[in-house]
Amino acid sequence: MKIWWLTLLLLNGAVCANDFDYALQPQQIAADTYVIEGKTEDFSKANGGFIVNTGFIVTREGVVVIDTGVSRRFGEQQRAAIEKLTGKKILRVYITHHHPDHFLGNQVYGDVPIYALPATRDGIKAEGETFSGNMYRLIGDWMRDTRITAPTHEAKAGKETIGGHELEVIALQGHTTGDLVLFDHTTGVLFAGDLVFNNRAATTPHATLKAWLQTLDSLQALPFKTLVPGHGNVTNDPVPITQTRAWLQWLETALKDAAANGLDMTEVMQTPIPEAFKDVALAQNELRRSVSHLYPVLEQANLKPAKQAE
Amino acid sequence: MFRHGRWLLLCLLCQSAGAAEPDPLNSPQWGAMHSRFLKSEPYVFDDNVKVDAPADAEDSLNVPVAFDASALSGIQEIVVVSDLNPLPHVLNFRPKTVPASLAFRMKLQQGSPIRVAAKTADGVWHVGSTYVNAAGGGCTLPSVGTSSGDWSKTLGQVSANVWERAENNRLRIRVMHPMDTGLASGIPDFYIENLNVKDAQGNLLAELDLYEPISENPMLSLDVGKVTTFKLEGRDNNGNKIAAEVAR
Repeated sequence: MKIWWLTLLLLNGAVCANDFDYALQPQQIAADTYVIEGKTEDFSKANGGFIVNTGFIVTREGVVVIDTGVSRRFGEQQRAAIEKLTGKKILRVYITHHHPDHFLGNQVYGDVPIYALPATRDGIKAEGETFSGNMYRLIGDWMRDTRITAPTHEAKAGKETIGGHELEVIALQGHTTGDLVLFDHTTGVLFAGDLVFNNRAATTPHATLKAWLQTLDSLQALPFKTLVPGHGNVTNDPVPITQTRAWLQWLETALKDAAANGLDMTEVMQTPIPEAFKDVALAQNELRRSVSHLYPVLEQANLKPAKQAE
Repeated sequence: MFRHGRWLLLCLLCQSAGAAEPDPLNSPQWGAMHSRFLKSEPYVFDDNVKVDAPADAEDSLNVPVAFDASALSGIQEIVVVSDLNPLPHVLNFRPKTVPASLAFRMKLQQGSPIRVAAKTADGVWHVGSTYVNAAGGGCTLPSVGTSSGDWSKTLGQVSANVWERAENNRLRIRVMHPMDTGLASGIPDFYIENLNVKDAQGNLLAELDLYEPISENPMLSLDVGKVTTFKLEGRDNNGNKIAAEVAR
């Protein structure tokens, strides 16, 4: 009898350790507006890929969801948390861009229109399966039964009033070729997607730095009261925009200088991170990744055609 | 029984004395790499052979690798292999008058150890290792050049530059070539086999044998002493020649 109890206890312990619970806790950041803040970490089997900020706006007509997270499990738990908290139906979903941590929960919203920019939809169709395969490698069983679900509706730039909230879709680019920003003029909350990172180094796999820097200027000009970055804490000031800009400018300068000095990739990856970014999570990691993304073009610009001999 | 036990112990001791060092990366393929590419010759794992590559490959088609074995003297040849790649042999490098260091990029089909083995004059291979984790797929994709069909317009073209530095000048070379592995369906292997780096007078500075895992349009960085003008000579496995002159 005692042994049975012990076995049950052990089994119970094992189940608890692997229940794939993201423990999502929506935080209210403004009237009718909530964010589920992710960790400023890289994908891991320990965090299940809960490294991203998703949000929702509770309007009179229903709930508008911004990004669906990293997996089917995340999407299910996000939707359950929203429905439990609000008791309202989900009206629509917006996907900010085509990176896997932002849209892999889509399949849970099969009965809801999912809006995205055309470039985002195309990116998901082209690269979704590759992203998904890579996520299985990085977070394992957290991904179980996750399937690619492309957005169903095209998000058009402009204002629309939904259930008393004047929402503006702003179509931008820089982080990717399609970066959707959602600005709630009623509350002053700006959902900036991954155009803005806060104390977490910006990622650049599909980035164009020149466009991104221009985009940051236009974001900073908006009359927002609350800023929701794609990764890192929500703020009531534009500091994350300033920080993201400073990081990208430093990155661009560091890589250009390295290319002009004839460094190879592995050497550039070891560039020391400036003191100004000492609190920025994953700085050396993202520098290493950014070298892979951005250095080839810069180094080639520093080579000259050789004289072809006979 | 006791006597047998003693013999057994003695045998085990003999074996461990005769066996080579255990692989620090505990790879199932290290034994095969040793017999196939180092001809089962004596070796030591040696920190004097520094191998630098990111722990996680961001792009499995272009994994940057650099090595520096210049702490060793009398190097005859350097062999680079990647244990778990379907095509493990990456390159050979025979520095003649320049330091034993090189940077290049390679394709990885999956996470794998990368070995740099430098054979010294006494016939011993000095092996440096690092492990690169990768999403993979790098070896079984057609090259961009072959997919787009425009590789033939630029085949064998060289771009390069030389940076004068206090100790060793830096030479960077890029040769346009698809470097197809033969593992993409219907596309035969097509790669640069050999590249020699000479000075303007034709003195040999270093020889390189490249293999299929080297990335498309190979980008190489060498440290080259005080030399500032170079001749590059090589050919691919279809007999196309590479011949270029590089100056500051």
